[in-house]
Amino acid sequence: MNRRTLIASAVALLLAGGLSLNLASTPALALDELRIIAPAAPGGGWDQTARAMQEAVQSGGAVKAVTVENIPGAGGTVGLAQLAGQEQGKDNVLMVNGLVMVGAILTNKSAVTLENTTPIARLTGEYEVIVVPGSSELKTLADLVAKLKADPGAVAWGGGSAGGTDHILAGLVAKASGADVSKLNYVPFSGGGEALAAVMGGHVVAGISGYSEWEGQIKSGELRALGISAPERVAGIDIPTLKEQGVDVELANWRAIVAPPGLNDEQKKALLATVDAAVKSDSWKKVLAAKNWTDLYLPGDDFTKLVASENARVTEILKGIGLVQ
Amino acid sequence: MDVLASLLQGFATAVTPMNLMWCLLGTTLGTAIGILPGIGPALTIALLLPITAKLDPTGAFIMFAGLYYGAMYGSSTTSILLNTPGESGSIITAVEGNVMAKNGRGAAALATAAIGSFVAGTLGTIAITFLAPLFVKLALLFGPAEYFALMVLAFTTVSALLGLSLSRGITSLLLGLAIGLVGTDVLTGQPRLTFDILSLLRGIDIVVVAVGLFAVGEALYMASRPDMRAGEIVPIRGSIFMTAEEWRRSWKPWLRGTALGFPFGALPAGGTEIPTFLSYFLEKRMSKKPEEFGKGAIEGVAGPEAANNAAVAGVLVPLLTLGLPTSATAAILLAAFEQYNLKPGPLLFSSSSTLVWGLIASLYIGNVMLLILNLPLAGLWVRLLAIPQPLLYGGILLFSTLGVYSLNNSTFDLVLLFLVGILGFLMRRYDFPVAPCIIGLILGRLAEAQFRRALTISQGDATVFFTHPLSLALLIIAALVFVGPLFYRWRAAKLQSAKTAG
Repeated sequence: MNRRTLIASAVALLLAGGLSLNLASTPALALDELRIIAPAAPGGGWDQTARAMQEAVQSGGAVKAVTVENIPGAGGTVGLAQLAGQEQGKDNVLMVNGLVMVGAILTNKSAVTLENTTPIARLTGEYEVIVVPGSSELKTLADLVAKLKADPGAVAWGGGSAGGTDHILAGLVAKASGADVSKLNYVPFSGGGEALAAVMGGHVVAGISGYSEWEGQIKSGELRALGISAPERVAGIDIPTLKEQGVDVELANWRAIVAPPGLNDEQKKALLATVDAAVKSDSWKKVLAAKNWTDLYLPGDDFTKLVASENARVTEILKGIGLVQ
Repeated sequence: MDVLASLLQGFATAVTPMNLMWCLLGTTLGTAIGILPGIGPALTIALLLPITAKLDPTGAFIMFAGLYYGAMYGSSTTSILLNTPGESGSIITAVEGNVMAKNGRGAAALATAAIGSFVAGTLGTIAITFLAPLFVKLALLFGPAEYFALMVLAFTTVSALLGLSLSRGITSLLLGLAIGLVGTDVLTGQPRLTFDILSLLRGIDIVVVAVGLFAVGEALYMASRPDMRAGEIVPIRGSIFMTAEEWRRSWKPWLRGTALGFPFGALPAGGTEIPTFLSYFLEKRMSKKPEEFGKGAIEGVAGPEAANNAAVAGVLVPLLTLGLPTSATAAILLAAFEQYNLKPGPLLFSSSSTLVWGLIASLYIGNVMLLILNLPLAGLWVRLLAIPQPLLYGGILLFSTLGVYSLNNSTFDLVLLFLVGILGFLMRRYDFPVAPCIIGLILGRLAEAQFRRALTISQGDATVFFTHPLSLALLIIAALVFVGPLFYRWRAAKLQSAKTAG
């Protein structure tokens, strides 16, 4: 029993014993402990996915203690390096990843790639929004495109790490608008909170993020959404698509879960079963609905193939917009 | 008075027996985790989240907030008594606090920390109650240029901690800056000073360096001395609690520390560490006896301890009003709000006013509880020092190792911890101050990232630091802090020579 589980159980005892809490009865334990690595600072999309997964696994009661560990930096490649390095062969560790990491591996020339992981499943997808501060003089996407065409450098974009989905979308929008993509002025922030503050404070011209992360601020009017990167309007989200406004770009930011390399088939199956049960839980479905995440669950070998095809697609896009030589 | 009516309503919610109990549980647990190095409020709340899912949200948040405050109260204890900071916000407390403990004034140091935390926590809560919208506006004024200017100002505080030898102090600072460079660069993703070691890609954790330099370094140094068993530590000298003189010297630092800490907590890249540096610097500058600093000046404990608690109060402002997390713990709290399908932000105050005002009222109650909990404990904790030193320092090594391992469950961190510990030992042995190293580590990273972000946004135009009014103002203050003493010295010398001539 390590320190974390010790504290967790001490806390649980305190609560359950002292306060006679009605805790759900737990079935036989498959794993003592499961650690989910969120390779980003707290508050961002991967962190939210990791914590939603934590709740979903915990709700099933199959694992005694599920913890989330944040390893921020460099589009998740820092976390990836740890997963492929010191976590190698451990069958009680999972890591959230996604399209952002595919891009970051390329732009960072990371020595470790997704081939150094054991793919488990794609979980969700989310579309990206382009926002400006509520007080911005830019009212529509057309205003932003005009400013971008006039001087691409004058539009400072704030978003996630270099080469991530946000960065890719900024490049795609600039290219589709006919602006000089090599002059793209993109400012990476680590973690959703810092980028959000920079956009709300007007320190950058525009911001890019997954819709759910900034939903509250968009609804309250602190941020104005200019467009969403979906192929068509999304039910329940009152934001026009980029396409319908004449910017021919669509991009889905998928998020997935992988395990460390060096696992045998049995260990892989056990982790897949844990994730499968979590994805089918009510807790997970509730989170999907609450956060407007689209269910893109794709387990096992199909996901492995998808990683390969997305890798090819992203490499082409990044080279096209000049993020990778 | 809308606010007062809502606050009264909040107290009605907070004093129900159930909610009082949550508050007591949170504050007690918080004090405990604050004392343990490495284990912080973020980790604990994350562990509690699944358990609290079925609770009433008001009760859960009252407990979480108590826990967050409590961690800051508790973290001073090991800083002062054992030179082992429990949280990174208490690193500076160790500088004066531990010297006080070695002089037999440990209980007084613990008391001024607890009372200072109470004053800061309560004033901070008052600020949340009445001034939240104002501080939110202030926080959003800070962009990369302003942050860089703030870091420049924070760097001037190093001068207060350099010690007697300038070259030794600067060496320590540069060492910290170099350690801060290790890892993947945030802006370009390039590895720096990692020597192809994967575990170094994520950088070296501040806690590892702090615990290594302070706790392990101290333990090794003690072990290296032949008179280890001679009992150099005086457990208690004079009155157990604070003397009238110590009260007189503490109350102003408490207030100044609060004023520094609260706005920092509200800043999206603020944190609890930097206001403690600034507070220490300010107290040394304002003191009539600056020569006492480094020899156990109570102001150097009172100010920083107030600052870190006020910063915690500040963190709640952007979290509740904008849904903007400014610390790791705040991000977990944000996840907790989402667990209950609540969206923090301007609408939260109207849609869940019972919860928000109950929470704010519980902060007042929690602070009183923490004071009652921590003051009597000060006398008890200080007896730790009566433990024979070999056992005591063996225990410190054990807890440091456990704490650092619990950070990332990484054995590589343990290797680093002891390498840094040996460095800390050598620095003590050859009279290099360790605090500037920590400051360089914390500030260097932030200053660099913000500097480059500011230049990216301005497309390479360096005047951005002088054309933004807030950034300019901060830089001018930094310049005055730097040049001011030189000017005074020059004028004093001139007056002196005029006298001699006349």
